[in-house]
Amino acid sequence: MSRRQRRLVLIGVVFAILSLAVGLALNAFRESVVFFVTPSELAAKPVETGKRFRIGGLVKQGSLVREGLSARFEVTDGGASFPVVYRGLLPDLFREQQGVVAEGAFDAAGTFRADTVLAKHDERYMPKEVADALKKQGVWREESAARK
Amino acid sequence: MIAELGHFSLALAFALALLQAGISLWGAAKRDVTLMSVAGPMALAGFGFVAFAFFCLVAVYVQSDFSVASVYANSHSAQPLLYKVTGVWGNHEGSMLLWVLVLAIFSALVALFSGNLPMRLRANVLGVEGAIAAVFLLFILTTSNPFLRLDPPPVEGRELNPILQDIGLAIHPPLLYLGYVGFSISFAFAIAALIEGRIDAAWARWVRPWALVAWIFLTLGIAMGSYWAYYELGWGGYWFWDPVENASLMPWLAGTALLHSAVVMEKRDALKIWTVLLAILTFSLSLLGTFLVRSGVLTSVHTFANDPARGVFILAILTLFVGGSFTLFAWRATELKPGGLFAPISREGALVLNNLFLSAAAATVLTGTLYPLALEAITGAKISVGAPFFNRTAGPLFLCLLILMPAGPLLAWKRGDLAGVAQRLVVAAAISFAVAALSLWLVQGGPLLAAIGLFIALYAIAGALVEFADRTALFREPLAASLSRVVGLPRSAFGTTLAHLGIGLALLGIVAEAGWSEERIVALKAGDQVSIGQFDLQFKGVIPRQGPNWRDLVGRFEVRKGGVVVATMEPAKRTYLANGQSTTEAGIETFGFGQLYASLGDPTADGAVSARIYWKPLVTLIWLGGVVMAIGGACSISDRRLRIGAPQPARRSTLPAPAE
Repeated sequence: MSRRQRRLVLIGVVFAILSLAVGLALNAFRESVVFFVTPSELAAKPVETGKRFRIGGLVKQGSLVREGLSARFEVTDGGASFPVVYRGLLPDLFREQQGVVAEGAFDAAGTFRADTVLAKHDERYMPKEVADALKKQGVWREESAARK
Repeated sequence: MIAELGHFSLALAFALALLQAGISLWGAAKRDVTLMSVAGPMALAGFGFVAFAFFCLVAVYVQSDFSVASVYANSHSAQPLLYKVTGVWGNHEGSMLLWVLVLAIFSALVALFSGNLPMRLRANVLGVEGAIAAVFLLFILTTSNPFLRLDPPPVEGRELNPILQDIGLAIHPPLLYLGYVGFSISFAFAIAALIEGRIDAAWARWVRPWALVAWIFLTLGIAMGSYWAYYELGWGGYWFWDPVENASLMPWLAGTALLHSAVVMEKRDALKIWTVLLAILTFSLSLLGTFLVRSGVLTSVHTFANDPARGVFILAILTLFVGGSFTLFAWRATELKPGGLFAPISREGALVLNNLFLSAAAATVLTGTLYPLALEAITGAKISVGAPFFNRTAGPLFLCLLILMPAGPLLAWKRGDLAGVAQRLVVAAAISFAVAALSLWLVQGGPLLAAIGLFIALYAIAGALVEFADRTALFREPLAASLSRVVGLPRSAFGTTLAHLGIGLALLGIVAEAGWSEERIVALKAGDQVSIGQFDLQFKGVIPRQGPNWRDLVGRFEVRKGGVVVATMEPAKRTYLANGQSTTEAGIETFGFGQLYASLGDPTADGAVSARIYWKPLVTLIWLGGVVMAIGGACSISDRRLRIGAPQPARRSTLPAPAE
């Protein structure tokens, strides 16, 4: 094999693997990226049925209802609030008036069913998306941010 | 007083590191022997000061001196001693100090074990290490002083985050940092090579042991972190594609590529520029990980607190080192004489393929991790890129890599014989295929993807064994002859086999967990039965239990297999008294390589307790595989030909070494 042919083989292999990686990434981006919305944004512009998204804010005071293994609660950003149904075990730090992010989709009946609920991992720490959403609605309390 | 001594010691360490960088690099540039010889002692002294500062911080934590802000925020007088000590690095300031301590340890080790290095190379390496230390010490002193005092001093501390009150915190961060920071040495060697404009096979032989040390620790650190998340978070998951997990995976991928390309450079004097680039990339990805974790730009389990000033500072560090090193690379890489091209079908060709797949996987992980940040900065839209993305990108690339892996070590250097390799692997492939097909038939309706994964995992494992059998001429020669070959094998050959075996085992665990796990989410009252896998669990009810600084609600399960009681499991909901936070303590029982896993949820409205129960077959192989890989690395490092500091046979680099 001549030097030129070897170089061609190398370039060919590099190109093939690179395009495989790019192809996989583009395909995955199209199908598995999940948008984060706030209750206010959702009220203004609903998400279509079956499309997965994340919603974040605070768990509304007095909204948590448990029925067997299911829980319903409302997520609020001070402006709008939004009902969530979740079946399963809620995380340890899930509490009313605490930050939460829920991921799922609307079912055919128009109920938002979450299959993942993330609460903040630390008393001193607020998910950044939630903090931004609260700031946008003007209900961000600096003292809660300063408690780190 | 102790805190002030620690702070002062850190300031001295900073001054020393700055001098170490300046004098060594200047001395190397001027070829001044006196200046260059200062580097070693300065690195040792720098280690002394950083170690003393770290010791001081441990001391104030052990004493529960709450007048120190970091102790107040992360410790409590009733906390067990172990968590008082590990709490030192369970927060931003302390973990940065641990980072610098590990850096100082590595610099000191280079100073001690590099007597056989050419003087200029040694001075440049220590100079670069000094520069990294100086910048991070400056970062600590200006934005993250762990010795900051509070006035008036509080009476009691706020306690360490309960999730961190676990033996995992004692092991995971130090291992991970040994890995991250260990790659700073190959980075320093790369920069030194670029400064000198000279690089040869001997360079690779010096770099490889250091990269291997870092890789071993990073492998163990990732495996340990994964197991910790698995048992502590109570979700039964072992990998969440969390940005910070990705931040540790990327240097691992690049570092693994580096280890393999350094072999090519050592044996064939080729891939030189690529190896230098990988050394730079690996440490850059480590730094990027530090930035992602410490700056708070991402939402993650690992984020302690957000402080914009720190984020900007770390971004500046990142820009300085990554930008600086790539600029240097662009400017000087042409000075390095590139190695020759080689035949595609050969050991070195296979290693290039390995490098391409590993780099492509690292690139997709990087893209998925940074894309949300970039998109938010540009369009303001917030997205999350989760497990599905990574499973569809890095997953297939990794499977391709593992399919090719068994063939690599069987190919000869320079000119490989593909037909011969295929012949030797055909039995392994046939057996793996048969088992995978059998699994499809046994688990009716089991996922096809799991069967494919099973095939690849078994093939990787069998391939590693075939390679070992091939080397020792097992079944081809009498057993005694094979045994004497085993004894005569270089340790690094064992290393290759074990590392490849380990990744196959890990994949087997991953595939089994994903494909054949069972899950039950149930509401239980005392006396209720749950069946899962081959087990029957009877719920015995909830009992309270008191610990040193927590209170448990323990759910007791009796586990029966075929009517016989084989275990009792006691998952618990734990409430920490100091701040009322609760954590889930999973109950885990190991049967063979599988695990039964139970975690408790909240009480339901009618007085029952919700619980999540899993049967995960072969799940422990995920972490055992990591341990086997690390043992492989350790075997390789104990090889006489690679030993750090061992006298090297002169001029061996010009001859191609015998193929392993």
